[in-house]
Amino acid sequence: MSSLSRSSWQAAVSVVLTIAALVKLPIFADGAANPLSTVALIVIVILTLTGAFAALLLQQRAAVAAILFVTAHAGAWLLLSNLSGNEGQARAPFFLLIAANWLLAWACVTQLSALRPESREIAVALRLLIPAIFGAWVLILWEAATRGFGVPFVLLPPPSAIGARIVNSMPVLAADVQQTIFKAVLFGYVVGSASGFAIAILADRVDFLRRGLLPIGNFVSALPIIGVAPIMVMWFGFDWHSKAAVVVIMTFFPMLVNTVAGLGTAGHMERDLMRTYASDYWQTLLKLRLPAAMPFIFNALKINSTLALIGAIVAEFFGTPIVGMGFRISTEVGRMNVDMVWAEIFVAALAGSLSYGLIALVERSVTFWHPSNRN
Amino acid sequence: MLKSRILPVLTVVAAIVAVWYVAAVFMNAPVQRDMDKRAGITSTTWELVEKTMSQAKPTLPAPHQIASNFFENTFQRKITSKRSLVYHGWVTLSSTLLGFAFGTALGIVIAVGIVHLKSLERSLMPWIIASQTVPILAIAPMVIVVLGAINITGLIPKALISTYLSFFPVTVGMVKGLRSPEAMHLDLMRTYNSSVGQTFWKLRVPASVPYLFTSMKVAIAASLVGAIVGELPTGAVAGIGSKLLAGSYYSQTIDMWAALIAGSVLAALLVAGVDIASRITNRLMGGRPA
Repeated sequence: MSSLSRSSWQAAVSVVLTIAALVKLPIFADGAANPLSTVALIVIVILTLTGAFAALLLQQRAAVAAILFVTAHAGAWLLLSNLSGNEGQARAPFFLLIAANWLLAWACVTQLSALRPESREIAVALRLLIPAIFGAWVLILWEAATRGFGVPFVLLPPPSAIGARIVNSMPVLAADVQQTIFKAVLFGYVVGSASGFAIAILADRVDFLRRGLLPIGNFVSALPIIGVAPIMVMWFGFDWHSKAAVVVIMTFFPMLVNTVAGLGTAGHMERDLMRTYASDYWQTLLKLRLPAAMPFIFNALKINSTLALIGAIVAEFFGTPIVGMGFRISTEVGRMNVDMVWAEIFVAALAGSLSYGLIALVERSVTFWHPSNRN
Repeated sequence: MLKSRILPVLTVVAAIVAVWYVAAVFMNAPVQRDMDKRAGITSTTWELVEKTMSQAKPTLPAPHQIASNFFENTFQRKITSKRSLVYHGWVTLSSTLLGFAFGTALGIVIAVGIVHLKSLERSLMPWIIASQTVPILAIAPMVIVVLGAINITGLIPKALISTYLSFFPVTVGMVKGLRSPEAMHLDLMRTYNSSVGQTFWKLRVPASVPYLFTSMKVAIAASLVGAIVGELPTGAVAGIGSKLLAGSYYSQTIDMWAALIAGSVLAALLVAGVDIASRITNRLMGGRPA
């Protein structure tokens, strides 16, 4: 009982907030175009109170979580959908009700986190659902705050406007992705990572080179390499070649340092074993040391996937043909079309997450032997 | 020590400088031949080589040109002068440090929350990791222009970008650090009947200090990158980033390289500063030098 009452303080506060909202009605200011109908208000209040009392009175975690999930999101959705036409007219009760529903969602996440499901599928689903609820509420609060307070569009557009902009400007976004990601980033990423890898193998073969390169590589990783972008634009012109060059330089050093570190991880026992098999340098490298270095190499690939995007986008600030994500961001900022900027950022985030996820998937299948992937 | 560590590094550095000189000659030669042709001069190969290393706006400046420019703009100008690299470095440094302070504080707060609240860990941690796959520097121009639109200019917008870049390493490092006490030590605290707060201050915090400093080294380097990029898009009047931008507008290649060197020196100094702070803290906490 104590654990339950401890986890449902959010529900108690939520009830208080709902009552406070009812005391301070109406929800929208007097001049609002679409005042909230009494029916909708009653539905919202009933939803919120149902969720809150379910959390306070019911004992079963899964049931409480399910009820909270439905009521919190339905309440928030009703509140937001009634906001259209009333931008900037919302009064305190609106935000109190949003906050009440947000607390219910928090209580829901608390209940979900405490669940110990039997089957693996449900555990995986929970692991995805909990952050998804969090992300959804970031968007809901963002939407409610920008439209409720009537925040100027240039300052922070609501997520719904950004979504509409993404849908409407698909061709432009696709052209930018094609220019920045498929030309500059991909080429630079492959060349930079591959050459870093090759030099690492060379440094591994020649010990003198390793001792010389490793401190320099470590030092360079701390430097603001991104600053070479204007120089590369000057050398290679405005098209994607200069961006690819920046990406090559940025991805080279993480790969070099990580591969050299990874090649040192194979233990003495294993190396001695390879020696008793009379295997030569290349056999040891291919069959023992490179597989052992794979976690490090994949770590570098992950770091590089983000660095590559950053490098290409920032390099485009210094001059591009009239297409590309960095170009679009810098020009649309100048024209105060911030929804387009947010759309580009969303696309960049999506691309970054997808490439990261792809690398992580490949990593799981390559380093299946590693303790962190066995269960 | 000398032979096994310093000699290889020096050799590699010397090789880089040598390659640089050769590259400078080859990359500057076409322009120089063109200039000679227009002036109606025929120069011998050696004269050509000499001229390629003393152009005013070379494609690739020779190392000694960069070095003398850097020296001149760092030590021989008044530090209040607009051309002094110390002045620009200070502008960048101040927003770097402010952003780093914000970022470290934010990172520690988030880490403390994650360690103590299960629901926060499960809902926030995936997003913190995802936030790092986002090329956040892309957002820099917008942060600066938008905050400029509501009259927040100068230090704060740049520092915000640095904050975003530097909080992540600190969060991840601190979560690891605060969880680093072994089960045995945690059990010992429990046998002492210590509260959550006591366990936190007397066990978790001291255990996390080495992790904090390791992640602060990464964070301060990231913070500097954020400050420099934050100076790019607005045509900021001062700072290493604006120096780079101005150099690229007027093709002042030597100035650009010198600014780049200044940024690197700043990075090295900052990382070294964190390192020294970590050694001092370690000694004050009674750690023995390894």
